[in-house]
Amino acid sequence: MTDDTTTLASSTPWVPDRPARWERVGYLLQQHGAVIVLVAVVGFGTIAFDSFATAENARSIVVSSSFLALIAIGMTFVIISGGIDLSVGSLFVLGGVLAAYASPAGPLAALALPLAVCGAIGLGQGLLIARTGMAPFIVTLAGLLGARGLMLAISDEGATTYLVRDPAVAALGQAELFGLTCPVYITIGLALLGMVLLQRTRFGQNVYAVGGNEEAAVLMGVPVVRTKVLVYVMSGLLAGLAGALNAARLSSGVTILGIGLELDVIAAVVIGGTLLTGGAGGILGTMAGVLLLGVIQSLINQVGTLTSAFQQVVSGAFLALVVIAQRQLSKAQRL
Amino acid sequence: MSDLTLNLSQLHRERVLAWLQEYGVYVAVGALLVFNVMFTPHFLSAANFRTQLVQVSPIVIVSLAMALVIGTQGIDLSVGSVMALAAAVVVLYLGYGAVPAIVAALVAGALVGATGGALVAYLDIQPIVATLALLVGIRGLANVLVPQLREFRNPDLIALGSDTFLGVPFVVLVAAALTVVVALVVRRTTFGRQIVAIGGNRAASELSGLPVRPILLAVYVISGVLAAGAGVLATARLQASDPTSLGLFMELSAITAVVVGGTPLSGGRIRVLGTVMGALLMQLLSATLIKHDLPQSWTQMVQAGIILVAVYATRERGTR
Amino acid sequence: MEPVLEAEGISKRFPGVQALDGVSFAVLPGEVHALVGENGAGKSTLVKILTGAYRPDSGELRYLGRPVSFSSPLEARAAGIAAVHQEVNLVPMLSVGRNLLLGREPRNRLGIIKLRKLYETAARQLAEYGIRTDVRRQLRTLGVGVQQMVALARAVSVDGRVVILDEPTSSLHPREVRTLFGVIEGLRRTGVAVIYVSHRLEELYQICDRVTVLRDGRVAHTGPLGGLDRLELVSLMLGRDTSEVRNTGTTRFSRRLRSPQNRPGEPPVLQASRLRRRRLLHDVSLQVHAGEVVGLGGLLGSGRTETVRAMVGALPLDAGQVTVAGFPLRRRTPAAAIRAGLSLLPEDRKADGIVPSLSVRENIALAALPRLSRAGLVSEQRIDQIVETFIKRLRIKAASPHQKVAELSGGNQQKVLLARWLALHPKALLLDEPTRGIDVGAKAEVQLLVEELAEAGLGIVLVSSDLDELVEGSDRVVVLRDGAVVGELHGDDVTEEKIMAAIAGHDASRHDDE
Repeated sequence: MTDDTTTLASSTPWVPDRPARWERVGYLLQQHGAVIVLVAVVGFGTIAFDSFATAENARSIVVSSSFLALIAIGMTFVIISGGIDLSVGSLFVLGGVLAAYASPAGPLAALALPLAVCGAIGLGQGLLIARTGMAPFIVTLAGLLGARGLMLAISDEGATTYLVRDPAVAALGQAELFGLTCPVYITIGLALLGMVLLQRTRFGQNVYAVGGNEEAAVLMGVPVVRTKVLVYVMSGLLAGLAGALNAARLSSGVTILGIGLELDVIAAVVIGGTLLTGGAGGILGTMAGVLLLGVIQSLINQVGTLTSAFQQVVSGAFLALVVIAQRQLSKAQRL
Repeated sequence: MSDLTLNLSQLHRERVLAWLQEYGVYVAVGALLVFNVMFTPHFLSAANFRTQLVQVSPIVIVSLAMALVIGTQGIDLSVGSVMALAAAVVVLYLGYGAVPAIVAALVAGALVGATGGALVAYLDIQPIVATLALLVGIRGLANVLVPQLREFRNPDLIALGSDTFLGVPFVVLVAAALTVVVALVVRRTTFGRQIVAIGGNRAASELSGLPVRPILLAVYVISGVLAAGAGVLATARLQASDPTSLGLFMELSAITAVVVGGTPLSGGRIRVLGTVMGALLMQLLSATLIKHDLPQSWTQMVQAGIILVAVYATRERGTR
Repeated sequence: MEPVLEAEGISKRFPGVQALDGVSFAVLPGEVHALVGENGAGKSTLVKILTGAYRPDSGELRYLGRPVSFSSPLEARAAGIAAVHQEVNLVPMLSVGRNLLLGREPRNRLGIIKLRKLYETAARQLAEYGIRTDVRRQLRTLGVGVQQMVALARAVSVDGRVVILDEPTSSLHPREVRTLFGVIEGLRRTGVAVIYVSHRLEELYQICDRVTVLRDGRVAHTGPLGGLDRLELVSLMLGRDTSEVRNTGTTRFSRRLRSPQNRPGEPPVLQASRLRRRRLLHDVSLQVHAGEVVGLGGLLGSGRTETVRAMVGALPLDAGQVTVAGFPLRRRTPAAAIRAGLSLLPEDRKADGIVPSLSVRENIALAALPRLSRAGLVSEQRIDQIVETFIKRLRIKAASPHQKVAELSGGNQQKVLLARWLALHPKALLLDEPTRGIDVGAKAEVQLLVEELAEAGLGIVLVSSDLDELVEGSDRVVVLRDGAVVGELHGDDVTEEKIMAAIAGHDASRHDDE
């Protein structure tokens, strides 16, 4: 194709218009808006409350957000691919119970079992969604019910709380380095890995393509079925891992957790700038979204007199505001 | 020759699948009823029927609301929280009498619905996110208003929850009446036709001159009112207002009932009777499993299975 | 010379229609082979079989002399057969560079994409097509024409032996078309075979060597393009006698044969004044009288669809006025336009037209519902009446009025949509590509219907990319380019050449220099 380029180059090359300056700013804002808002809110908190901007507070926010963040990594992939995974809350609690159950056999078993089971459920969901064209909402809704049912079945209807007695397993959740727990490091590591996967591998490009224009992706030769299945497997694995680490932290497989967790995860991902329609978004934004939720929580705690009920009201209002702002930005961009 | 037989068996399969799609849920309910009549002691008693129907009534009402919203290709995750808010509001205003309190609760539901509807219709926010925000915020609001379980003694409200009319509990009558009303609206009114058209193709509906935004807003308001009504009825039956736990997961049950009943999530079609059947099926299923001492875990797993089967059968087959 | 790609005796049947019947087709290396035919003749089915999207029911496909059977476009592509379709099949939110090299990104040993190399390679490849742009920007920020060139660059850069171009110039400016032809020349020189599917017969004569004409699923003719007269080519496509085609034109319109219907002095039934929308429309004005058909000509992206959408209130306007039968539209919504007597048949009937989940009956009644109801309750009787009338009048072929509209053929769906608007008794009708993608029979019926409506006194705006249709169907033609009116042609001036000249604008004079 490169021989005799003279014929082609001689026809006047045209330069399509460069996008207007503010168009590019708008695009950047949408992509990284969550980070900007996070910085702004942290700034506000620092000024407004004395006990906010402390190392201890920051540590506590990061540590408690680490599980949500881990699950959100997987959810980011799923949502970018144009899908959704409502089962992560149930997979989280199932992972925890399985990890506690397997903990007498050591840390490897305590991780392997939840990963295997939750990964398998993710695989099943992914196959159903990719092969039969059933809506992800419904398939993962069924997964939400089924996985929690499974969890109840193996824990004697929720009555049995398996305890983690093996110190090695407990260390997975509780060991600290520079004040941050092991799960935090695992989350950071996997988040970085996720970023690389999404931006710098063929698989990541496929995920964006499937979510951005599935018909075109098929024609461009993207292995759509394989990509879809993989994102749901990832989501399942990460939810199971988060559950296992949480069980390690609590030293027990608590059975009443995870209810409504999927909604928090989705909220964090959406706040982070990933579009629910698919095709756009990133891990960085999701992490900012997770931290933002944690910071808001912390700010509410600072005020002190507010009940957890009030926190919910603020969370709801905040989510609505962020989404509205995102929408306005994306509309302005389009013009 | 082989071409012909191939076509015939394909046609046969298509017909069976289509039939399943239409009537599957009725068959399932029928099968469960038969099973129970045969194997569950005391199933055929009036008391049992009454209990089952009373328990399922709030779910039916909320499912009807959800069916309307899903018909527009939307979703309303806030219905459970609206139930909780209604429970809180009704008990707060009970001092003015039962009727004003109930009206206040319904108005509160309408306001929440209007908020969700405005976000979806006028600000173009995705329904799942808009109603998710409400799910979180409104339950919080309900808990702020009434932080702990509060009993009440208003005789009118208690009567609403426990009175019967010709042997049928009032709660059940309300659910039945609403079913009829919603079915009529969907089938015979312009509004109902337009809802379904908007769900089927919003752009085409806009070009055809349909007032899309006001209709969407109205659908969410109706959803809010119905959910509030269900909350009031449930509270009346409980004889206590419990915003912390009332309506928890109700949105899941409602979505399940709608989907199992054959209404597609992609909008464009509303099966009112199917939705009611779907709610009945889930209720019957859970009751059957309980009566036979099967643990809750089984219930959930079977429910998951039924959802998958129902949605698989109602998948859109390829169009031209 | 051995053909690089050959189809022999290919047949393909879909429920109710034999799309291809014993088609044999061969393309030689280094040749540019035109594939022509009316809609429904089987072109797209044949292309889909050649690219592996469909499997033939019978017949054989041979590639590089050996029989092959592709199970997916991916396989065909890997083997060296690439296709560029009319819709830009790329991912709008990904960057230009990532789109270009999706699936072929340069990677290091760990599988990590080398971004800098990716963007450099992309920029270089695009430069060979005369495109210089920031390859980091999102694809959707580029115009459709440039996006098409990126899609072409992507298809060609694989080591392919066969490239299939499906309506490649529908979104291209004339100078982009020249670049395209340059690319095709380059392909020819390297021995790549090009299959060129197009309606634009003038282009075919410029660049193609041989032609295969499909009609009703069969090959009507195959041979060199050189000795084939344009009239003969059209006649072969239509299956009509050349003298018949010369006399009555290629469409069913007969307006050219009638004298203009205008009665001067009468106010226009539809008037658009200085419609303005940032970046899309620049002071577009238009007038239509009762009984008149005004054609809107221009390339894809020239603002024709935007104009009609703006007139009916589906596109927000920054400035401008629309008046129907003397009444200015105050609220810019489709509902207000409908009330005033103006309706739009949209370009994309799947996206904006039919409601697939509803029946034929419900689709027809959709816009007229408020008029067919009393006190909010629908009158089934009145709906039945109207539906029956229109099914008969428009000869809509459906099993029953209750059949799901999605199951109908494209032509019948279009008729259902027309029925929807006609049920409102409009004073003026805007038709955006009314015969696109429908079979020959339905196309004729629609064209005749449009004439009937004009005779009955409706004012009609006809947007069409089919120049024959535009020329033969319009009393006047308004030409748009880049969102502005660049010319208006009346009477004898309404010819294909003059329309193309108006579209090209002053580029036409430059053409002689190069």
